[in-house]
Amino acid sequence: MTTAAGTTGTPAAAPAAPPHRTGFLRLVRAEWTKIRSVRSTFWSLIAMVVVDLGFTALAVGLTVAQWDDTDPGDRAAIAADPTSMILGSGFFLGQLAICVLGVLVIASEYSTGMIRASLLAVPRRLPMLWAKALVFGTLVLVLGVAVSFVSFFIGEAFLDSKVPVSIGDPGVLRAVIGGGLYLAMLGLFAMAVGAILRHPAGGITGVIGFVLVLAPLTQLLPGSFGDHVHAYLPSEAGHLIAQAHQADGDLLSPWQGYGVFALWTALLLGIAAFLLKRRDA
Amino acid sequence: MIEAENLTKRYGDKTAVDDLSFTVVPGRVTGFLGPNGAGKSTTMRLLLGLDRPHRGDARINGVHYRDLPEPMRVVGALLEARAVHTGRSAYNHLLCLAQTQGIGRKRLDEVIELVGLTGVARKRAGGFSLGMGQRLGIAAALLGDPAVLILDEPVNGLDPEGIVWIRTLMQRLAAEGRTVFVSSHLMNEMAVTADHLIVIGRGRLIADCSTEEFIERSTEKTVAVRSPDAERLAGIVAAEGGKADPSGDGLLTVTHMEAARVGELAAAEGIVLHELTPRRGSLEQAFMELTRESVEYGRTEAPAAEPAAPAPEGGSR
Repeated sequence: MTTAAGTTGTPAAAPAAPPHRTGFLRLVRAEWTKIRSVRSTFWSLIAMVVVDLGFTALAVGLTVAQWDDTDPGDRAAIAADPTSMILGSGFFLGQLAICVLGVLVIASEYSTGMIRASLLAVPRRLPMLWAKALVFGTLVLVLGVAVSFVSFFIGEAFLDSKVPVSIGDPGVLRAVIGGGLYLAMLGLFAMAVGAILRHPAGGITGVIGFVLVLAPLTQLLPGSFGDHVHAYLPSEAGHLIAQAHQADGDLLSPWQGYGVFALWTALLLGIAAFLLKRRDA
Repeated sequence: MIEAENLTKRYGDKTAVDDLSFTVVPGRVTGFLGPNGAGKSTTMRLLLGLDRPHRGDARINGVHYRDLPEPMRVVGALLEARAVHTGRSAYNHLLCLAQTQGIGRKRLDEVIELVGLTGVARKRAGGFSLGMGQRLGIAAALLGDPAVLILDEPVNGLDPEGIVWIRTLMQRLAAEGRTVFVSSHLMNEMAVTADHLIVIGRGRLIADCSTEEFIERSTEKTVAVRSPDAERLAGIVAAEGGKADPSGDGLLTVTHMEAARVGELAAAEGIVLHELTPRRGSLEQAFMELTRESVEYGRTEAPAAEPAAPAPEGGSR
């Protein structure tokens, strides 16, 4: 409390601050500080890893244990693409943690008022959103790929006696890495929704309701129309990337599906950016 | 230097800021005064680019806030509403803000020390008291050692020691040549802190003058006189152009006449005086008078509430 504002005595009254623009790298560093310094990040990611790996082991383990009682059709389906079965059993619930965290990463700034401090620091606004997307997307990608690999190796070990599968089989490596790619895109999708709705509870409900309930329900729509609607929905199209082989009914290839998911996400991020720039904070 | 030019902001059909123009110059503390709901916070949000004006323009050192490359190095802002993630520690809150501006950790520690949060810097901001939250907000404002400070109700929630601290701090910052723009709804607080006042009501400018002038202009000067012969004195004062209202017990309240003149008249007539005191009307009172028509909340409901009060009683019988 000795010197007023500390370092300098009289401030430069001129607007001529340092000539260079606020470096994007600085914003990335700041967003990393933000994301690592709240507990919700830690707990969401722990939940994702534990649930994902736990359910992989549980689902694959149960399948193997009941293999002899299993319907031959189901057995054939698993044998046709064991990778998809292994990865899918973990992701189904593990992805929820990513949905929650994705929404929270931005919506909690609104619910706590932090957004005002963030926008005072980055009044152009959009660089903050892009830095946040980059940091969060990368974090989920790295962790998602790691979890995907561990999940695959757990499943592979369980299934070995019934349906041997190897990381070297065609399409398998792409599917395993695809598991991480799917989670990263899902995280950005959820973040975009959080940025648009600016409300944690609403955003989480919206994203999870859509991914877990609404999107699978469209499968029930009749005829080719229903098939197409279902195939082009973000999460449904997106998780094709985590399948080693294209199933008979799939309208899109894995990469096409991921492309559709990416377009959806880009669209929502675009809307989020537009609104962020337009709205009062 | 802060310049607001014809600033207008509407929320729905409610006009929060109405064609407001003013300039805040460096080197002195400028108080931004107005009753609750007058539009002070909205004006500050417009200055800081958080809200878009419907009309008008706000510039800081000649530039729009959003065009400042490292805004926190030029403008330090404390907003009325909290702007801290409750789950993050004070240190990490300041760290992430510092990183966006390329401000080093040394400055971070300095600012934490300056606002007196050293002991709790690693604790979650959600657990902070109102006063501690306020200190954290001030730390964020000072982080970039800015030449312009925009502080919305900084004394809110501070204890008396904290109030004196922030008052001294603001005056020192102004003395260093910085522009200090501070809002308050408390006239008395501003009277001792600010050198210059910008007063608004219902989003419109009411006064823009020095604090001294504002006090001079808006408070009525009176003279309290006590005399055993009050009645006769009242007559003499009235005859000489003053106005004397007896308030009992030999006390007169004299207006439109200086204390010295009252004394001279009494002496000339040989009237004994027991008291002769020049008085000034309460500043808070004057402020309320001045802004009464523009008060958004409270006042308007008060008269209605009185006759309405007995109603529930009667209804219950």
